[in-house]
Amino acid sequence: MPTPELYALLDCNNFYASCERVFAPQLAGRPLVVLSNNDGCIIARSNEAKALGIGMGEPYHRCQARLAGQQVEVFSSNYPLYGDLSGRVMALLGQLEPEVEIYSIDEAFFRLPLAAPAKLQASGRHIRDTVRRQLGIPVSIGYGPTKTLAKIANRLAKQRPEHGGVFAIRPGQDIDRLLAGIAVGDVWGIGHRSARKLATAGIHTALDLKNADPSLIRRQLTVTGARTQLELRGVPCLELAKTPAARQSIVTSRSFGQPVTNLADLRQAVATYIAIAAAKLRHARQKAGCLQVFISTNRFRADLPQYSNSQLLTLARASAATPELLERALALLAQLYRPGYVYQKAGVMLLDLQPESSGQGTLFAPAEPAKNQDLLGALDRINQRWGRDTLRYAASGLTRPWWPRQAKKSPAYTTDWRQLPVAKA
Amino acid sequence: MKSDSTIATIQQFDPREGLKLPLFLCRVSAGFPSPAEDHLDQRLDLNELLVAHPAATFFVRVAGDSMIGAGINHDDILVVDRALEPANGKVVIAVLNGELTVKRLFRTGDSFRLAADNPAYPDRLLSEGESCEIWGVATFVIHSL
Repeated sequence: MPTPELYALLDCNNFYASCERVFAPQLAGRPLVVLSNNDGCIIARSNEAKALGIGMGEPYHRCQARLAGQQVEVFSSNYPLYGDLSGRVMALLGQLEPEVEIYSIDEAFFRLPLAAPAKLQASGRHIRDTVRRQLGIPVSIGYGPTKTLAKIANRLAKQRPEHGGVFAIRPGQDIDRLLAGIAVGDVWGIGHRSARKLATAGIHTALDLKNADPSLIRRQLTVTGARTQLELRGVPCLELAKTPAARQSIVTSRSFGQPVTNLADLRQAVATYIAIAAAKLRHARQKAGCLQVFISTNRFRADLPQYSNSQLLTLARASAATPELLERALALLAQLYRPGYVYQKAGVMLLDLQPESSGQGTLFAPAEPAKNQDLLGALDRINQRWGRDTLRYAASGLTRPWWPRQAKKSPAYTTDWRQLPVAKA
Repeated sequence: MKSDSTIATIQQFDPREGLKLPLFLCRVSAGFPSPAEDHLDQRLDLNELLVAHPAATFFVRVAGDSMIGAGINHDDILVVDRALEPANGKVVIAVLNGELTVKRLFRTGDSFRLAADNPAYPDRLLSEGESCEIWGVATFVIHSL
């Protein structure tokens, strides 16, 4: 008889905001927000900022004055820092728990044998304390008989400080009262649209969903909804995924810091995005069979003429070579561009990703010369060592007025020798 | 009829490219293998020497000269391990007045003292109500000669 197992979810509290505090201890206890790409809207808030009523996703330009008045610290997003600290959190968790599935930049599931409540609490506290001491990142841990219930337990651990950041739902435990207090849209796997559908059937809380007729749920939400319901009932349906699935697509796009009207600037932007996307592709040891380019005007400026379009191209032969992708992407852009519009955003998408070594030859496409591989390999290595963009294609421009605003970025403390944190002696 | 070999790839023949053959840098003897083969060690890697706990190790630059007695000069880089226990006598990074500072830690029981390693600087005793967090333990200092 195998030992029953519990699932657990570790989740970093206000992750981006917490990352900004790791090397800046003077920020402890202060209201703090992090802005999205192009300093557009708020994507992370410290607890103190939440307490001031600052909403998630609020556009920065609308609350800039208020934030300054309330002395809220504002940061542009610093993904090199967040990515590095995330890797460390996951590595630490992996040292403490053998079966871990990394779910997102700040969440990971793990699985462990069922234990007595006191032991679970102690184990959770130990993980929490270790991550706090060794990385300075506060985390919460929820335990449950299924992943969906572990997520709910994690939410409760966060919301109720009396639990000390750890909360466990035991198998067979009567949690109906807990589930009644959770809106169905807050259940993992139930999005806005599903929540609206369920509301018309009189299902508003997680408890309602748990108790609903399974065939109704199956009809309304398909098999994924049915699994969620079973999971709420304590029946595990979602396994722990050990190896992450290979990427299906790579998208690189940015909103422009300054609006763009001419083709030359758009060419620079698209060239830059291709270089970034192709480097990601090579790093993942994949190549792309399809390429899509899109450009659009600012849809919030109703006073200006609107244009938004994209073009998809299937490549004769899948490639990860920047020069080739560049040539094709710029050709697509030439077809898309219309003069007289004020463009606000552009992007590229690489699709039909395949492992780099696979692939049938085609009758008409020439074989790729080997020296391309060497050149790109050298380019990638140099940019890795000396910093992204050390070497770039002329097409992507020297000065880039359209590059997204990142006015308040903290240093790359852990990824750039020139930006190390400083300690006074 | 079953054949043992299968066709792996078909590539276009480009007559302009020469046919490349690998060149071995050392002589490949048909007879005896290299006597060193059985004893091959890994190359030396500084990470093994300097970083005991990679997930919890950070690099910090030093500003100031209050620790020159410990061999830590202005602009040096410290290897800081946050997984180590801050023991008596260790050089630590501490958070004082919201700033990261480098000092030597002396502790007996519950009392702490943060000392500079330079006679020109006084010890830092913690006053009533002042909190001090030990951020990490400095294990190595790096500076060029």
